[in-house]
Amino acid sequence: MNAKKYGKIAYDGLITNNATFKLVLGTCATLAMSTSAINSFGMGLSVTVVLLLSNVLISLLRKVIPNTVRIPAFVVIIATMVTLLRMVLDKFIPDLYDAMGVFLPLIVVNCVILGRAEAFASKHPVLDSAIDGIATGLGLTFALTFIGIIREFLGSGSFFGIQVMDFKIGFFTNSAGAFFVYGICIALFVFVTNKMEQARRVKKMRTLRMPAGDGPLPPVSETTKEGN
Amino acid sequence: MATTILLIVISAVFSQNFILVKFLGICPFLGVSKKTNSALSMGVAVTLVMLLATLVTYPLYMYIMVPLHIEYLEIIFFIFVIAALVQMLEKIIEKISPALYRSMGIYLPLITTNCAILGVAELLLVNDVSEIVSGVAAGISMNLGFALLYALCSGLGFTLAMLLMGGVREKMEKLPVAKCMKGFPITMVAACFMAMAFYVFALL
Repeated sequence: MNAKKYGKIAYDGLITNNATFKLVLGTCATLAMSTSAINSFGMGLSVTVVLLLSNVLISLLRKVIPNTVRIPAFVVIIATMVTLLRMVLDKFIPDLYDAMGVFLPLIVVNCVILGRAEAFASKHPVLDSAIDGIATGLGLTFALTFIGIIREFLGSGSFFGIQVMDFKIGFFTNSAGAFFVYGICIALFVFVTNKMEQARRVKKMRTLRMPAGDGPLPPVSETTKEGN
Repeated sequence: MATTILLIVISAVFSQNFILVKFLGICPFLGVSKKTNSALSMGVAVTLVMLLATLVTYPLYMYIMVPLHIEYLEIIFFIFVIAALVQMLEKIIEKISPALYRSMGIYLPLITTNCAILGVAELLLVNDVSEIVSGVAAGISMNLGFALLYALCSGLGFTLAMLLMGGVREKMEKLPVAKCMKGFPITMVAACFMAMAFYVFALL
């Protein structure tokens, strides 16, 4: 029972409510940091860490924080986490710290984090919130890395910094390309998830209409037409 | 001096446009740009808050946090200052002009979590103007005047981009668009073409 519930939370965070492709939150960081796969991966992981820590902390404090001042309280908690992350990155991964520049402090105002704090962590127990934080964060990391890989490959012909092919399309590394690739990726994600949803609905309908005994086969054509 | 001012203006409004080149404040750009009216109101509100936030955060950092060696608390301090400022502005506008509040006030709470405001406050924490504005001779040190000018022009650039997007989206609403491209994807592609146009300013 519990495993099923946690599975659902994880699936929601990763696919159904994918922060980058479905909810289109935290767009600034996505657009700015996806110039290379490694940068976007680093950004995604940073957001995941902050999301996990803030979700856990907010969930622990959810009965202590008065409802009227919850937003400022959440913001202070998130800002503290980002400050800690910034110090850690500055000390241990200075390359990523430099690459992220102004977008590292801007994780504070990343709508994904405040959104999950408000919508999930302030209402659910600690373990649920932790799973939600990790799932949402990983969903965001996958999406960001996906965009990063496309832009890096088309923009400089490399894959995670390794030169694969010898070509350069400047369009994809500058800002216009970021908007373009992100837009196309959202459209693709919507298209694929819609098709998957349809397929699942059709399958469900068929199994429902299938008679238990011998009887003739149900008219399937109607359902498939409906599915299209 | 005059060249520096001119370069700051051109850079902040066009060649380093906050939305289309720096990717700051994309959420309102995508969320509130359905109509030119609301886009303009949002732009003006952001410009105002940007200016006020810079007026408070820049001296706070330079004259209080640096002497006390508490620079590492900047994120927490800044976000608090911005949140308080926005709340205050909302109350003031509500009292002074209810009409203005109705047209602009609803966007104010959104501004607290707008990366453009915190972004401008963070970007301005440099010693030299040439670090944020390309083309300026090295050695011109940052001061409150330049900081305010930069914030104002960034706000204007933001408003310009919002306004253009509002116009594009008003027209786009009537066009037949593929189902999966509706909403965000087509807006992003439109933004892509606008970004290309603005990219030309960076080449000049």
